[in-house]
Amino acid sequence: MNPKRKQRLMIVLGLAALAAIAVGLTLYSLSSNINLFFSPEQIAKGEAPLERQIRAGGMVKEGSVQRDSESLDVTFVVTDYENDLKVRYSGILPDLFREGQGVVVVGKLEEERLMRAGQVLAKHDENYMPPEVAEVMQGKMPTDTLE
Amino acid sequence: MLSKIIPELGHFALILALLMALFQALVPMAGTLTRRPLWMAFARPLAGGQFLFLAIAYLCLTASFLLDDFSVAYVANNSNSMLPWYYKTTAVWGSHEGSVLLWSLILGGWGFAVSQFSSQLPRDMVARVLSVMGMVCSGFLLFVLVTSNPFERLLPNMPQDGADLNPLLQDFGLVIHPPMLYMGYVGFSVVFAFAIAGLLGGRLDAAWTRWARPWTNVAWAFLTVGIALGSWWAYYELGWGGWWFWDPVENASLLPWLSGTALIHSLAVTEKRGSFRSWTVLLAIITFSLSLLGTFLVRSGVLTSVHAFANDPARGTFILVLLGLTVGLSLLVFALRAPRMSHSVGFNWLSRDALLLVNNILLVIMTVTVLLGTLYPLLLDALGLGKISVGPPYFNALFVPLTVLLCVFMGLGPLARWKQTSGRELFKRLAAAGVAALVIGMVAPLLYGGEWDLWVSLGLVTALWLVLSLARDLFDKLRNASSPGAGVKRLSLAYWGMVVGHLGLAVTIVGVTMVSNYNVERNIRLAPGESAEIAGYTFAMQELRERRGPNFIADTATIAVSRDGEHRFTMYPEKRFYLARGMPMTDVALRPGLLRDLYVAMGEDLGDGSWAMRVQFKPFVRWLWLGALLMAVGGVLAVVDRRYRRVKRRAEQARTADAAGLEGARA
Repeated sequence: MNPKRKQRLMIVLGLAALAAIAVGLTLYSLSSNINLFFSPEQIAKGEAPLERQIRAGGMVKEGSVQRDSESLDVTFVVTDYENDLKVRYSGILPDLFREGQGVVVVGKLEEERLMRAGQVLAKHDENYMPPEVAEVMQGKMPTDTLE
Repeated sequence: MLSKIIPELGHFALILALLMALFQALVPMAGTLTRRPLWMAFARPLAGGQFLFLAIAYLCLTASFLLDDFSVAYVANNSNSMLPWYYKTTAVWGSHEGSVLLWSLILGGWGFAVSQFSSQLPRDMVARVLSVMGMVCSGFLLFVLVTSNPFERLLPNMPQDGADLNPLLQDFGLVIHPPMLYMGYVGFSVVFAFAIAGLLGGRLDAAWTRWARPWTNVAWAFLTVGIALGSWWAYYELGWGGWWFWDPVENASLLPWLSGTALIHSLAVTEKRGSFRSWTVLLAIITFSLSLLGTFLVRSGVLTSVHAFANDPARGTFILVLLGLTVGLSLLVFALRAPRMSHSVGFNWLSRDALLLVNNILLVIMTVTVLLGTLYPLLLDALGLGKISVGPPYFNALFVPLTVLLCVFMGLGPLARWKQTSGRELFKRLAAAGVAALVIGMVAPLLYGGEWDLWVSLGLVTALWLVLSLARDLFDKLRNASSPGAGVKRLSLAYWGMVVGHLGLAVTIVGVTMVSNYNVERNIRLAPGESAEIAGYTFAMQELRERRGPNFIADTATIAVSRDGEHRFTMYPEKRFYLARGMPMTDVALRPGLLRDLYVAMGEDLGDGSWAMRVQFKPFVRWLWLGALLMAVGGVLAVVDRRYRRVKRRAEQARTADAAGLEGARA
């Protein structure tokens, strides 16, 4: 094999090896860092895994936000107006967090219908609805407008 | 009376600009195909005209904002009569329609700049470059006019007052972040146009790289500053104290930056050694495609992101088609023409060529990992396989080791010679730098934090390795000169650009390392008269009061900060309530410093007179953005290098020679 071909072969082999390592690492970290989204309905049916980081979303139920009087602990209910999910969180809620608004919470289910949230996301724009939440709410009406 | 038809004038100017762009796309290109100099000569005036009419349209929209013309839907949705005038002018790009108009204006501006600063370029090259830019601009102007016309009227039921600009955007950071970012994004259209023109014209020689390089560097510098500004803005405006979230929209700007970084390095090899030609051209195409992809991701509303605002899916489809056409056509041209341009130059395994090749490979891998993490959730969603999100751990797990690896080679690159370099010599010159970096980097966390930390050491060793190897190179270069002054004079500005740019990365790495590992964040309850201690500082809330701003009311806290019992300064965080939108906003109180920032944000009223407060101690956080600025300065320094001006003079000589009919003699 002439030197030039040999060099080329080395380049190709090197590239292939690097690419393989990169793809391997990528898939590995991708598989361990994916957060699946679940609707309150799926969680109510028990489809979501316990003790694994997931995301859930829906509307903050009216009158459900309760602050602890000593610490920064807060509990609220995320609902699609048919199924409820209780959420516990410690810390500061985003500016646009309000009752009756769409939110996405990231955390682990401690038991059925009780989530320990590490992160609460409400969006920048008051007209904006997270796409997942919009899908969850499709065809479901807030009870107060039905009454 | 005239003021009433300003939006129509703007709309009309926009249509004229589109016509100009279409002519610019077609006529000069037809001229190069039929070899008609007159047709080719249309390129420059058309680029000027297109920019002029875009500027008129843009000014008309600005005027509508300043005149509070709420019959224009876009103004009504994004402005308010109470909004201060300076935010009215910047509200023009506060939402979708205006952003795309600004995008097009900047594209027209780059085209105009090319038409003005291309005197050294052959006529057919100018014609091809401007024609390609005309095509891109036609696409975007069609997009504006068809799907996102900012001059749309709300008649006859016009609102009394506007809905106001999103309060998050009423800020100095927003005034400059989007224009800078767009300058970068759109700036890559120039090197893209050069790449396509080079492929079509069959000339991708050293001269081609010398034309394309300055444009690429400037665009890259703008993008660097734009990303840094975005990070800075998020840091002080969102009230979380985060500076990078691996949010899809941030990734969208990082992607062209990474491939653009690969591009400026690969251009260097092509210019100096004539190799990597096809690769450079491919990178140019990829980089601009990633810019378009970023635009698509941000503007289509397909993303769940902190940046996501209400959007219309029809627009997404349009940009997707535009993206598909651009990528498809340019890759087709590449596939048809690139094989003819290939030109192989041999080099040894240990040489600057090889190290830059490694740099390119690593940067491309980084681009691919970020792209994968960003698009994977979209892909799964489109296939109906569930909604997922990819969290920061994924990106950190891949990005950190790749960056460290990249930096290892970055330390070697500048000291290696082109074509071939002796490993022994390289080792001899760099051994001391390597050992020093290792020792200092290992000990530093002990001195700063009191205990050893693997990640801090890793970051510091990496940064020190970059700095010390550069210092060694500089030392060697100056030592061989008769006097240090003469040595400095002999070094080219391009070299200084490299030094400053690489130094910038080291500074950023120090910032990232320190703030990620030594950040102290506490969420506390605080009522007037109470205090809390964080990282040696005591934060005492003295007073809570209400304050009225031009278009908001605010709860303001007075926080006295002391250290070792001694009063240092007072901070005033605010929670604002913007009246028009009924939207609350956190206004952070910051005490910036070179070595640490103190950060106080008001969370929420807890009802019993106390507030939830977010107090943070952020060491070295400024270094993040300082480093990015240095990188941008480096990029620009490399452009003002003498050799790009010398080319101009040489080209002028060549032209006079042409005129004298000496073409044959010269050849």
